[in-house]
Amino acid sequence: MSGLEDFRRETRGWLEANCPPEMRRPMTSEGDTFWGGRNAKFSSEPQRVWFERMRDKGWTVPDWPREYGGGGLDAAEHKVLREEMAAMGARSPLSSFGIWMLGPALLKYGTEAQKKEHLPKIAAGLIRWCQGYSEPNAGSDLASLQTRADSDGDDYVINGQKIWTSYANYADWIFCLVRTDPAAKKHDGISFILFDMASKGVSTKPILLISGYSPFCETFFDNVRVPKSHVVGAVNRGWDVAKYLLQHERAMISGMGERGVGRPLGQVAADSVGADAQGRLEDSMLRSQISTFEIDEAALSAAAERAVDLAKAGQSHPAFSSAMKYYGTELNKRRHEILMSAGGADALEWESERSKGGARARAWLRTKANSIEGGTSEVMLGIVAKRILDLPGA
Amino acid sequence: MALVLTEEQTMLRDSARGLISDKAPVSHLRQLRDSQDAAGFSRDLWKAFAELGFSGLLVPEKFGGSGLGCVEAGVVMEEIGRTLMPSPFLSTAVLAASALSRGGSEAQKSAHLPKISDGSLLAAFAIDEGAKHRPLQIKLQAVRSGNGFRLNGAKAFVVDGHTAELLIVAARTGGAAGEREGLTLFLVDPRSKGIAIERTAMVDSHNAARIEFANAEVDADSVLGEVDQGAALLEGVLNIGRGAVASEMVGLSEEVFGRTVAYLKERKQFGKLIGEFQALQHRAAQLYIDIEITRAAVLKALQTLDRDFEHAESAVAVAKARAGSTATLAVQEGVQMHGGMGMTDQFDIGFFMKRARVCQELFGDTNYHADQLARMKSY
Ligand SMILES: Cc1cc2nc3c(=O)[nH]c(=O)nc-3n(C[C@H](O)[C@H](O)[C@H](O)COP(=O)(O)OP(=O)(O)OC[C@H]3O[C@@H](n4cnc5c(N)ncnc54)[C@H](O)[C@@H]3O)c2cc1C
Ligand SMILES: Cc1cc2nc3c(=O)[nH]c(=O)nc-3n(C[C@H](O)[C@H](O)[C@H](O)COP(=O)(O)OP(=O)(O)OC[C@H]3O[C@@H](n4cnc5c(N)ncnc54)[C@H](O)[C@@H]3O)c2cc1C
Repeated sequence: MSGLEDFRRETRGWLEANCPPEMRRPMTSEGDTFWGGRNAKFSSEPQRVWFERMRDKGWTVPDWPREYGGGGLDAAEHKVLREEMAAMGARSPLSSFGIWMLGPALLKYGTEAQKKEHLPKIAAGLIRWCQGYSEPNAGSDLASLQTRADSDGDDYVINGQKIWTSYANYADWIFCLVRTDPAAKKHDGISFILFDMASKGVSTKPILLISGYSPFCETFFDNVRVPKSHVVGAVNRGWDVAKYLLQHERAMISGMGERGVGRPLGQVAADSVGADAQGRLEDSMLRSQISTFEIDEAALSAAAERAVDLAKAGQSHPAFSSAMKYYGTELNKRRHEILMSAGGADALEWESERSKGGARARAWLRTKANSIEGGTSEVMLGIVAKRILDLPGA
Repeated sequence: MALVLTEEQTMLRDSARGLISDKAPVSHLRQLRDSQDAAGFSRDLWKAFAELGFSGLLVPEKFGGSGLGCVEAGVVMEEIGRTLMPSPFLSTAVLAASALSRGGSEAQKSAHLPKISDGSLLAAFAIDEGAKHRPLQIKLQAVRSGNGFRLNGAKAFVVDGHTAELLIVAARTGGAAGEREGLTLFLVDPRSKGIAIERTAMVDSHNAARIEFANAEVDADSVLGEVDQGAALLEGVLNIGRGAVASEMVGLSEEVFGRTVAYLKERKQFGKLIGEFQALQHRAAQLYIDIEITRAAVLKALQTLDRDFEHAESAVAVAKARAGSTATLAVQEGVQMHGGMGMTDQFDIGFFMKRARVCQELFGDTNYHADQLARMKSY
């Protein structure tokens, strides 16, 4: 235990000394997130400094093995690092689908060569990944996907279309679900394959969202040639890899709400709705919405902490990330409804500089996707009903 | 500290569960209710509780207890919640033991704590006066008189008040209703002159009483803690009680949920198990998630009480508020998903619904704690 306390002290000291003050403020725009990749640009000098220091320590991926560019921390140390970073409001130095999704899947299912090839580049922010799962006719029913990979010597030739591919137009590589056996039952003919987005035959077309941003694309494959060695896991067993990856994706999304950072909601609301002589919000219904929200938020934080501790103790259910994903995303939507209500008419401005280009309204709209992306809320509840509660016919 | 039970705590849970499920299933409560039992709980069972060390759980070892913490008390309360066993555990082993160990003089501790530990003394904590829990609104007057005080006023919703041999009474020695200053706790013998106790049969068939004080005399030695400065002690004990009741609600919710899911897998309508209907599946899943999240919040509050007592206030408010809304949802869904069966007295589920309503009110309901949290955060 005392070893862990030493680690906490050292970590706090190191963070204090190395995290630039600018990187301890809440993120306010897309540009504050560093995604890495071949064409990555830093939006500021502190962002670059912070990223490089963390990368050099292996702390872009603190719990990955050192040999793959990680920090080699065990679960307890990783928790300490997260707590210390949260305590000082330190931003995540690198965000990426490689870290959140592909990495864990490669660690479990990848060959040694695949791990050596891809993990260090993810850790160092050199390659940016996108996720090719959804198709126009395969959303919640993902396993009905039709993008096909036909065997041709040592290669597969891939044809088809993906949709909602986040950041496909910026990504360097894609992890993609393809049908390698059209005759098999729908879950049994899918493979999980990796390829370069610069390959011949790959094209992307951005889609505009209700927020006015365009973070995702339609992605087309026209005779894209990919070596067979790029399949992760066994051929036709890609569904196992896909599901495992989704557990990590869901855990990540459930924790996405900006919990406990930035100005407290009560104060944000007081700015616009005002407070009475005792300091209580003038809008008493909004006040109770905020406090009820904060109760649920604090409870969810405890549940997230407990989920990690249960996993460490080998007592967690693999489908529990679906439960957390459901609750976390619905809660985040509530947060942004409250923020809009607190902001009133001011929060409705869409372009003015005063409103930072409609930042609050755009963020609010973005959160509506939380309960859709990575599996919808209804799908999450179905998974809980079937896999955890063991209800019939689910 | 990991947000899971330790090995020792798990063993404690298993032993509490073993005793309670064996000796006090829900039918035990039903039998006490139907026979209009005078005590409203089983003294034999309380003796068995004491023998296993549960009554002295929170009593320091020096006074014959095991000196354990709120997490352990919560573990036992959760098991009590599973079968709704009526027991002096909350009033005596949690509230009175905490009040005495936190606020008592050496003499007061030596006089009472060993008896709480060995199960020979029953106590009750008399706080509320109105219909809702408003601890700072206490009006019961304690006026100095001779070498002691004279109490005038009334208490309501005093858990186990009719069987208690020792009352811990919160009174006003100064200040006005609503103020923190001027609250004082007293140890009062319920047989003293001027005290009238009315047992109030409650919806949940658990014990409560209304107590009137008409010029009841207590001597100066009966002050628990400091005169006029009792608010901090009172709030501290209440927070322990809230954590305990929240645990009971977690146990209760989980039990109702377990029974309901089992029913979904057994009842057939339209030629199918009703658990196949997505309308019920999704609600069951939502309830499961709600309970899991509340369980974590409650454990967090109990751990905080044990580790950082002075700063546990907001974690406790979160836990009690969540436990109240989760238990309310659990019992409503429980009855609803049992259809007509859920409405029958013969079926146990109604007992859980009634108890949940009482636990919700006890030491502040969800609204109360949501309001408190907003105050703590100054909005
Ligand atoms: C912002 C954003 C980013 C995304 N990024 C990516 C990405 O990078 N890569 C990728 O592959 N995909 C991505 N997606 C796609 C996402 O995974 C899908 O949108 C999601 O799986 C839902 O599929 P769908 O849109 O086809 O909706 P549908 O499956 O058509 O669902 C429509 C509605 O029906 C409900 N429904 C469906 N089936 C059931 C059922 N069995 N029971 C009850 N209700 C049901 C759904 O819950 C939903 O409310 C992204 C989506 C968004 C919004
Ligand atoms: C106080 C009271 C008075 C009554 N009076 C009368 C009376 O005078 N005359 C009379 O004939 N009956 C009476 N009833 C019976 C009442 O109509 C039934 O209880 C009711 O129809 C439900 O049937 P059930 O109890 O068998 O529940 P079930 O049908 O077993 O339902 C159990 C649960 O499953 C749900 N469920 C069932 N099917 C579906 C589905 N397809 N999709 C989603 N969910 C489903 C139900 O909503 C319920 O939550 C009375 C009931 C009560 C409680």
